[in-house]
Amino acid sequence: MTSLSLKNVSKSYGTVEVLRNIDLEIQQGELIVFVGPSGCGKSTLLRMIAGLERITGGELEIDGMVVNNVPPAQRGIAMVFQSYALYPHMTVYDNMAFALKLAGKSRAEIDTAVRAAADRLQLTEYLDRLPKALSGGQRQRVAIGRSIVRDPKVFLFDEPLSNLDAALRVATRIEIAQLKESMPDSTMVYVTHDQVEAMTLATRIVVLHGGNVEQFGAPLELYERPANTFVAQFIGSPAMNLLEATVTTAGETTTVCTTDGGEAVVPIASGASDADSNVKLGVRPEDLTITESDRFLVAATVEMVEALGETTVLYLKAQNGATSLIAKLPGIHAISRGTPIRLTAAPEKLHLFDNEGRSFLHR
Amino acid sequence: MAANIAGKKSSLTWAVHISVALLVLLWLFPTVGLFVSSFRTADQISSSGWWAALFPSEQNEVYRTGDPDENRVADGDMFVVTGNIFEGAGREIRAWGVSSKAVAAYQPGETAEMKDGESVTLQADGSYVWRGNDKQISGRGQRIFITATVPPEFTVDNYLTILFSGTGQDNMAKAFFNTLTVTIPATIIPIVVAAFAAYALAWMEFPGRALLIAAVVGFLVVPLQLALIPLLRLHLAIGIGKGYMGVWLAHTAFGMPLAVYLLRNYMVGLPRDIIENAKVDGATDFQIFTRIILPLSFPALASFAIFQFLWTWNDLLVAKVFLIDATGSTTVMTNQIVELLGTRGGNWEILATAAFVSIAVPLAVFFAMQRYLVRGLLAGSVK
Repeated sequence: MTSLSLKNVSKSYGTVEVLRNIDLEIQQGELIVFVGPSGCGKSTLLRMIAGLERITGGELEIDGMVVNNVPPAQRGIAMVFQSYALYPHMTVYDNMAFALKLAGKSRAEIDTAVRAAADRLQLTEYLDRLPKALSGGQRQRVAIGRSIVRDPKVFLFDEPLSNLDAALRVATRIEIAQLKESMPDSTMVYVTHDQVEAMTLATRIVVLHGGNVEQFGAPLELYERPANTFVAQFIGSPAMNLLEATVTTAGETTTVCTTDGGEAVVPIASGASDADSNVKLGVRPEDLTITESDRFLVAATVEMVEALGETTVLYLKAQNGATSLIAKLPGIHAISRGTPIRLTAAPEKLHLFDNEGRSFLHR
Repeated sequence: MAANIAGKKSSLTWAVHISVALLVLLWLFPTVGLFVSSFRTADQISSSGWWAALFPSEQNEVYRTGDPDENRVADGDMFVVTGNIFEGAGREIRAWGVSSKAVAAYQPGETAEMKDGESVTLQADGSYVWRGNDKQISGRGQRIFITATVPPEFTVDNYLTILFSGTGQDNMAKAFFNTLTVTIPATIIPIVVAAFAAYALAWMEFPGRALLIAAVVGFLVVPLQLALIPLLRLHLAIGIGKGYMGVWLAHTAFGMPLAVYLLRNYMVGLPRDIIENAKVDGATDFQIFTRIILPLSFPALASFAIFQFLWTWNDLLVAKVFLIDATGSTTVMTNQIVELLGTRGGNWEILATAAFVSIAVPLAVFFAMQRYLVRGLLAGSVK
């Protein structure tokens, strides 16, 4: 069942268009993550769903009802802000009860809902405290609790972990994942710029860039079959390497050769028109291996070595210094700076992108 | 290098401390002087400065022994008059004498031998023995000059006069309550109105908002004297006339630009997320205002309240124009002090007391709420 649907939604401030023709169908029970670099419009899109920003084009439906002009409180949504936005002069209890009081619920109903949410988030002993007497993680939980008590159709999270320190971020991320599991029927939309949060939490990820949806799909689909070079380089860390290459043979499988004599047969179909065209050959750092053989993908010179123990990260220059590469090799390797090496990768791990950056798989 | 910086900093700190101390003294000196003077009599004020009133002082006083014809007692062929020169409170006698030429010739307990066997003995507690023959112990009592240390002496008579027993213009009680009647509504009304306006100017989207804010800033620099006469004519024309209603409205109008400006600046600095969260929670603008904005703006509200209270309390001009009529029944304290200057110009004790009564309430308000004043001002404007 569709819980949230965006049809051709766009947003502009005057003549500046910040979001263009966003089309998303979100099913009930999904946790959708909007991810993208700063300024890509992901927070704006979330605020449009919340009703805090006016929608300047297209339609937004929640549970099959167009809500473009419905005020935030009547959309059946709850939002957790990046800054938590707790009411500083109210106790934790009053913070959580505020929305219910405004909705005119009875005292007993409010008490039940607040205590249930507090219990679930281990906040019971803090109910009488003011927000300033809580730690960052506890404040975050209050903010989440405040949205739970309202029992909304859609939860909206605006970078909820970005104010927490690294350790707490991991812990809270797991809490959110457990929260989602305990509420299988609620739909959640989660904005972040952190791809680890995106990959670990999401049912499906929306990658936004420059006001456009670059790709919408399950986390591993984005990793394995990125639709374009932006997604390819945004998902995964370190980012995917892109090599300049030329198609030598098109067909069921595509043969490409890199400019310094490397060659690969990629099991991706291409058309006759692709023959002899310049393409980008994508390969993830963790898929590269060192080879001595003449059948290599790319020859490169080691610029820097980061030995982390479990992995060794090599920073390389290839193709006459024109291309920077990163290789992430498992285990410990004794390689020194300036060493010329040859790298290869399994053919099924290779990606092909055309001149405009679109993947051959998504044309 | 580090030592240099540290040295520089400490010398600056000293400069700050010294200027703070100077400012405190500058404020404290006249205030304490006024306070001390208000507890002194007219004679004390004219004979010594208020600072002298805080310490015991040496005074020369003249007493006379009891009337010899009534009090003398025969002692052989001599007569003796005994008694105590102090009828009420005693003095600490440091020296005494029997002649105006030598007022401090003897110590307490010594005996002054005069002509022909006449003698006077004065004890430290003021008791004396005056001994002499029939002729000597007659007529008027013997004069005794003493040099005494007088402890500080204060009186609350001035306050009794000003607040309770005084007649006519000496009695400020009515003016005190009139001033309160002016000040309290003239503080509350502009705050209430300005808080609503400030919320709208800070957080509600409507066309012309920027222009309105600019207008408020513009009104800040309009001197109120410009508006006195036109406003009074308006009040007379629409039937408000001179009276409390008129002065409340005038103070409200004159205080409004600063109130709106201060409160709007404070409110606009409140986190946007909190207000948006309240919107998502289902609060209307009015609920956001009353449940979120007002409680969070308390420092700014308090700081403006102190301002408005202080200057409506001290105001003379607006009260003269909009309130005080020929009957004088609505006079305020500032006006009454001006009139006192005319009628009781020489009575410093009355003037000092009247002045202190009029500054007491602002002082109390200021000290009770000064931390909000500082916090609210900084938060509102500097940010």
